[in-house]
Amino acid sequence: MSETPFDEATGGLPSADGHNDLEFRDPEKARAIADTLERLGEELEDPPATIMHVCGSHEQSIAKFGIRSMLPDAVRLIMGPGCPVCITDMPEVDEAVALAEDGVTVATYGDMLKVPGTTRSLDDARAAGADVRIVYSAADVVEIAEEEDGEVVFFATGFETTAAPTAAVVLSEPPANLSILSAHKYVPPAMEIVAELPDTDIQGYLAAGNAAIITGSGIFEDLAERHELPVVVGGFEPLDILAGVTKLVEMIRDGEAGVENAYPRCVTREGNEPAQEQLWDVFEAVGGQWRGIAEIPGANLVLREEYAEYDARERFDIDADSLGADGASRLADDCICGDIMSGTAEPTDCEMFGKECTPDNPVGACMVSSEGTCKIWHEYGGRPNL
Amino acid sequence: MCLGVPGEVKSVDGLRATVDFWGVKKEVRLDTVDAPVEPGDYILNHVGFAIRRIPDDEIDETLALYESFVDGDPDDMLREDVVDEIEAGGSVPANAADGALAGDDDEPADADDAEDLLEELGIDV
Repeated sequence: MSETPFDEATGGLPSADGHNDLEFRDPEKARAIADTLERLGEELEDPPATIMHVCGSHEQSIAKFGIRSMLPDAVRLIMGPGCPVCITDMPEVDEAVALAEDGVTVATYGDMLKVPGTTRSLDDARAAGADVRIVYSAADVVEIAEEEDGEVVFFATGFETTAAPTAAVVLSEPPANLSILSAHKYVPPAMEIVAELPDTDIQGYLAAGNAAIITGSGIFEDLAERHELPVVVGGFEPLDILAGVTKLVEMIRDGEAGVENAYPRCVTREGNEPAQEQLWDVFEAVGGQWRGIAEIPGANLVLREEYAEYDARERFDIDADSLGADGASRLADDCICGDIMSGTAEPTDCEMFGKECTPDNPVGACMVSSEGTCKIWHEYGGRPNL
Repeated sequence: MCLGVPGEVKSVDGLRATVDFWGVKKEVRLDTVDAPVEPGDYILNHVGFAIRRIPDDEIDETLALYESFVDGDPDDMLREDVVDEIEAGGSVPANAADGALAGDDDEPADADDAEDLLEELGIDV
């Protein structure tokens, strides 16, 4: 079994003389790329170039490996709306909480439990006696429904990579007492909206390599063309990220728009076509709110009419407008998660960061999930690599 | 729930496969995989669904990468995500690297891969 040497002095990168079989962490190559980035940065017409990535796993790698410390001043790397838990809107959580409090068994991914609704979370509902189950997989929900006599609702969250499994469950003719409360989101339209925000002013996107395994890199071509932006699909190893950022800076310097794939060992232009077919067979994209960001056209995935029998909103006639009206939310006043996810603020700009808002006692959604920027920054020392 | 975890397919029954993750066997759905799989193949599992069959020439490198996560700092968030995904539905051995993962023969990944990537992207370092 191979061993991977970690060297604290290099921020976790294996030492150069170690028997490094993970060449995507090779510190010498990383430094060489950083030198290239420095040179490219000096050639930018209008520095700094702001690059946005849209994936919590990217942020984890960037924090863990000290990537920001390797970037020149002429390059800013920020995280956008890349945490599926964080962008689930409060009324969507309110819907799930209301169903749980009405006696329905609600199953969801573990990350969702502490995400605050307007006044309560699913964790609060569970503490008060509601039947809220944590599932690892959409497939687990089918087993719960088979075991239960009553209604079971899957509060289905996440981007394309979790929406495809949810679609597969719907297509597999699940038990009649199972329905889906879809809070699934579709990322490309959100990237378009954020690209248009004047305060964000980004010059390029590092797209999520894992989601692109399903969607393919080609999905970003329209976005790149419409907004005249470079988009580079990136993997998660330090060299993957540095290579992706370097390509982006080169394209920004050259005024070049388009899509490049810096994660070719996992991502193709076409992606996983069977999974895409299932996703779009079951779901359609409609306009909807992303927490703290905006109403985004075509970015919320809802069940198509053909599958209305499995749609919890049809089955339970949820009046979303009336939910959450029984108390004011301090999130609306004090939490800046929305600004963080749209790239106009950093966690350290928030007065509650690390004080009232911590991973043990999160106020905002970005502090709840391991993919949230606030939680990642908090776990890696508050202001990693800056 | 972001990265997914690679594992070896042990058996296939319709759209369900039994997959070995560092000695932990779990059932994985095959509804969303991008290519047919059979015992001996490796897949990338994401929340209980195979989203990709890993090409043969990428298996060693992929496993080495994930082993580095599993063997890494116990407080590391990437490690937590990967181990959580392995543990869900089973238990991971205290030292996951001691688990029997067929096909792992200590062979290093292709050392030219990173350079190939940089060359492909036209990055001259």
